[in-house]
Amino acid sequence: MKQGLSWFNTSSLVIGFLFLYLPIALLVIYSFNESKLVTVWAGFSTKWYGEMLRNESLMNAAWVTVKVAFVASTFATVLGTLAGLIMTRFGPFRGRTLFSGMIYAPLVMPEVITGLSLLLMFVAISLDRGFVTVTIAHITFSMCYVAVVVQSRLVSFDRSIEEAAMDLGCTPGRTFLQITLPVIAPAVVAGWLLSFTLSLDDLVIASFTTGPGATTLPMKIYSQVRLGVTPEINAVCTILVGLVASGVLIASLVTRRQEVRREAEERAAQAAP
Amino acid sequence: MPEPSQDPAPGEKIAYLGGGSASSGFFTGLHARLLLFAPYRLFVLLLVEMGFSGRSLVIAIPYLWLLAFFLAPFLIVLKISLAEVIVAQPPYTPLFVFIEDGFIAIQASLENYLFLMEDSLYWKSYVSSLRISLISTILALLIGYPIAYGMIRAPKRWRFALLMMVILPFWTSFLIRVYAWIGILKKEGLLNLALTQLGLISEPLTILNTDIAVFIGIVYSYLPFMILPLYANLEKMDLGLLEAAADLGCRPIKAFWVITVPLSLPGIVAGCFLVFIPALGEFVIPDLLGGSQTLMIGKTLWSEFFNNRDWPLSSAVAVILLLVLVLPIVLFQRMQERSTRAEG
Repeated sequence: MKQGLSWFNTSSLVIGFLFLYLPIALLVIYSFNESKLVTVWAGFSTKWYGEMLRNESLMNAAWVTVKVAFVASTFATVLGTLAGLIMTRFGPFRGRTLFSGMIYAPLVMPEVITGLSLLLMFVAISLDRGFVTVTIAHITFSMCYVAVVVQSRLVSFDRSIEEAAMDLGCTPGRTFLQITLPVIAPAVVAGWLLSFTLSLDDLVIASFTTGPGATTLPMKIYSQVRLGVTPEINAVCTILVGLVASGVLIASLVTRRQEVRREAEERAAQAAP
Repeated sequence: MPEPSQDPAPGEKIAYLGGGSASSGFFTGLHARLLLFAPYRLFVLLLVEMGFSGRSLVIAIPYLWLLAFFLAPFLIVLKISLAEVIVAQPPYTPLFVFIEDGFIAIQASLENYLFLMEDSLYWKSYVSSLRISLISTILALLIGYPIAYGMIRAPKRWRFALLMMVILPFWTSFLIRVYAWIGILKKEGLLNLALTQLGLISEPLTILNTDIAVFIGIVYSYLPFMILPLYANLEKMDLGLLEAAADLGCRPIKAFWVITVPLSLPGIVAGCFLVFIPALGEFVIPDLLGGSQTLMIGKTLWSEFFNNRDWPLSSAVAVILLLVLVLPIVLFQRMQERSTRAEG
């Protein structure tokens, strides 16, 4: 049997990707619609983008969201990288099972539970809800994603290089900075990007843990969406989708190129006598 | 490549603290310089005295964070689920009450849990969540399998691009993807418009605010979770097996059922769990696409908390939801472990 696409394979791919992309494409197209009615096409216009930029509360929410996402993803990357390192390189220690449980559990935890439990704790320790609490909540769930990404990279990476460095007198800290970190850098960057988008995207946990003055963009979108579909929200969504899509594409192309180069180098190294 | 093992390398047992080695490096240098300051020196001495090494300090940072912001909140939920609702700030009764003579009384009531069993709204929500998640998972499998299968039959040079195309929607905002469907599914929406203009229907269909819209939303949102494990599994399959079957006179459809499906079973199971587990606690999709009659437990918890402001009861709902989730999660974990062992 030849390797190739039958008509069935082709049509399932085409229909599948249409299903995945058509809704977003329609959303983007209708953000350029002149008419306020979402389903009536009344000509091309960018007026909703202007409207969006003039909407102060929307812009405030966007700013809050970017700030939260930036701070949270940076902290989450540090904590998550440490956690990934501990899981793969630190061997057994007391409470390891609990630790790996706490790393994996947030990944499958329903957001309503995470949000509710964090809120109840913030109330219990009477921490005022706002920017800080949302950021803490986002750090907590995104560090687990970072840990898993970093961990999968570390597992596939030959640890004998690290051992060689330490045998040659490198301190563990220096080994980490000079050997391990450069190798896992793509995973760390990917983890940062993942946490950034997760934070940018989160509605449920932010709704529970936020307070006055720290309304995030998803919360704003959500409250508007409940009132109906508007071209202005389409415009906001288009910009978000565009930003995230280009970021992910660039990141994946960069890591792809690095991998191709590394493979070529490895091949060259093996070919050399 | 050597097997990644969990045994500690001898080099890792070296304590990070306490100085000793004269090698350079940013942190060692910083550490050496900070040792000149009495408070830092005292702190380090104290830690070393207590048996802390650098290793355990590194472990402690993420460990304490997760204990404080993941585990402790759960214990608080558990505690509050045993309390009663009162009009106060915070709006629940305390679990421990200090009474005279220094005694502490524990005030716990299972009333919330009893109420969850009595009031049909709650158990109906749980059952309905299970039903909706199950149907959506099956639909996602039926849609995802042909896509994953098409991907491995595609020429090799396309694979990376196809894989990226599956992953990309996963990165775009969940809320936006759900929102996009509202404009399509509503009564005067794009789907009805297209169908009427094609002459397929005369009356607009009511899809938004029904269970069907929720199925569409869940399948759409979680389809990458179904496709990726299936793809990863199918990619490893030896296509020569299908060739052999064809040479021996097996028709392609039969070969698919006899060879491809059994071999991809781990991928099928993993994909199903990855869709089913998050769908069970979903809030955004049933809230935005479902109707008032669409019951899902995430939505019930949300309205119990935000609309009825009954914190103890919503905590009890959360505890039960967690218990419902434990079984599929444990099953999934077991299966993953077995498959990694089989591979290793």
